[in-house]
Amino acid sequence: MFVLFSESVTFFEHVSPAEFLLETNWQPLFEPVSYGIWELVAGTFNVVFWSLLMALPIGLAAAIYLSEYAHPRTRRILKPQLEALAGVPTVVYAYFALNVITIDILRPLLGSDVPIFNSLSASIMLAVMVLPTIASISEDAMASVPRDLREAAYGLGATRMEVALRVVVPAALSGIVASVLLAIARVVGETMIVAIAAGSTPFLTLSPLQSIQTMTGYMLQVGLGDAARGTIDYQSIFAVGLTLFVITLIFNIAATIIVGRYREEYE
Amino acid sequence: MAATEAVGGDPGTLSASGAVARRQAVSRASRYVLLAATLIGVAVLAFLTYDTVDAGASRISWDFVTNYPSRFADRAGLRSSILGSVWVLVPTVGLAFPISIATAIWIEEFAPKNTLLTIVKLNLANLAGVPSIIYGILGLALFVRLMELGPSILAGALTLSLMILPMTVIASQEAIRQVPPSTREGSLALGASHWQTVWNHVLPGAMPGIMTGIILAVSRAIGETAALIMIGAFTFIAFDNTSPFDDFTTVPIQIYNWTIRPQEAFRQNAAGAIILLMAAVLTLNLIAAIIRERFRGE
Repeated sequence: MFVLFSESVTFFEHVSPAEFLLETNWQPLFEPVSYGIWELVAGTFNVVFWSLLMALPIGLAAAIYLSEYAHPRTRRILKPQLEALAGVPTVVYAYFALNVITIDILRPLLGSDVPIFNSLSASIMLAVMVLPTIASISEDAMASVPRDLREAAYGLGATRMEVALRVVVPAALSGIVASVLLAIARVVGETMIVAIAAGSTPFLTLSPLQSIQTMTGYMLQVGLGDAARGTIDYQSIFAVGLTLFVITLIFNIAATIIVGRYREEYE
Repeated sequence: MAATEAVGGDPGTLSASGAVARRQAVSRASRYVLLAATLIGVAVLAFLTYDTVDAGASRISWDFVTNYPSRFADRAGLRSSILGSVWVLVPTVGLAFPISIATAIWIEEFAPKNTLLTIVKLNLANLAGVPSIIYGILGLALFVRLMELGPSILAGALTLSLMILPMTVIASQEAIRQVPPSTREGSLALGASHWQTVWNHVLPGAMPGIMTGIILAVSRAIGETAALIMIGAFTFIAFDNTSPFDDFTTVPIQIYNWTIRPQEAFRQNAAGAIILLMAAVLTLNLIAAIIRERFRGE
């Protein structure tokens, strides 16, 4: 952590923190050089938004099905398969985002003017990557909702879906929120998928069909070249890294706090 | 309006009608909607497997494994990246294994229960959530530049072991905590010292759990790309590594290299390499699952 801070400090000696935080244009490699972090942050939250839009409903539906509907035997077969998606190296997902999603699916579907690098293909694979995070942690939270609550609701004549949606989901809400925060932290920190599939042109946009660059994507781009120590490029990755670290830390700590509260309630 | 009526004239069986019937129908339908959503994940996994095997299976051959990378796709192979992966993973495990066991034993058995311990534990949990690319720039500044190791195997191993340590420490802690107190108390009652108890009884009992954690962490490290690219492992290597101070490259980095090339032939190479990488990852996960199942009963 010390390294991260000290290298960032040297960066901020060259570029004022005000410029870093207030400028909206990230253009470190060409003249006029400009270091405004917001384009990279916007790129990151572009993929966070679109991937969560897909992963949240599907992941939650899977969690509800596995916890409330599935036969225990079905759950024993399906859950490890979902969790296998979490063990796939992300460079593999990156390959699919570029070669399969963009070329074989998005272009035939949406027309050939879809840019080869676009945030939608990256978001789709990011959604696949975090699906097990959301499904598995939410399922654990729902499974630990006491049986009494369910049986009381059935006793009042509620159907299975009403019990699941109106009793179990609200009771497990803190665990569900925690799973979403962890998923966001993973998307924010993921590098290979966005670096390969989303492009390397920073834009302040939420459009899914635009080529963008995220914070991690920029760091990898500099890492691929051999930035010499002491140059501004080299220091800039530490400043971006620090921003990234702070953002993921906020989401991780929020998730820990929420899970802690939830434990007090039921144990 | 009656909410129920007899089914088929049989007064013994009641069936809902009206609003209740609608609610029940919606509930029954919801099962299939939710099942469909669950199957999306499984279907994606199946589709991805099919597509990779379809694209890459023709590339798998002995030459593909033993050739050096090349600018001609049909002659390019994985020799240097497979050797690089093995060279970097062995010291990674060698470092992470003893350090995580020592840390976990200290936290669980010896550490005074004070604020320092709470801070250490909180830190560990947060470090486990730090993105791998942050470990990459940390390794770049600390091992590659400050310790002047260059983009070497040793720098890569140090970076990867830093990255997997939070995972392996937490897994080891949980394994140690699951050793039954009776084992510990029995040993202490027979006159063993605290350290003898830990070394002879707690550690052997926790070993399956610790091994599972390490294997899962290795399956994470074997596919790690971003952190190693940051320390400078994105290089063309056409020799066999012989020393920990050599430059190196790994299989996922080779996949990245082939993926970003526009030619179809390199795409097939990437798919072929993915098949081999996934085989390695799945084997490691399978071994971990077998260890966990075998020792669950004890």
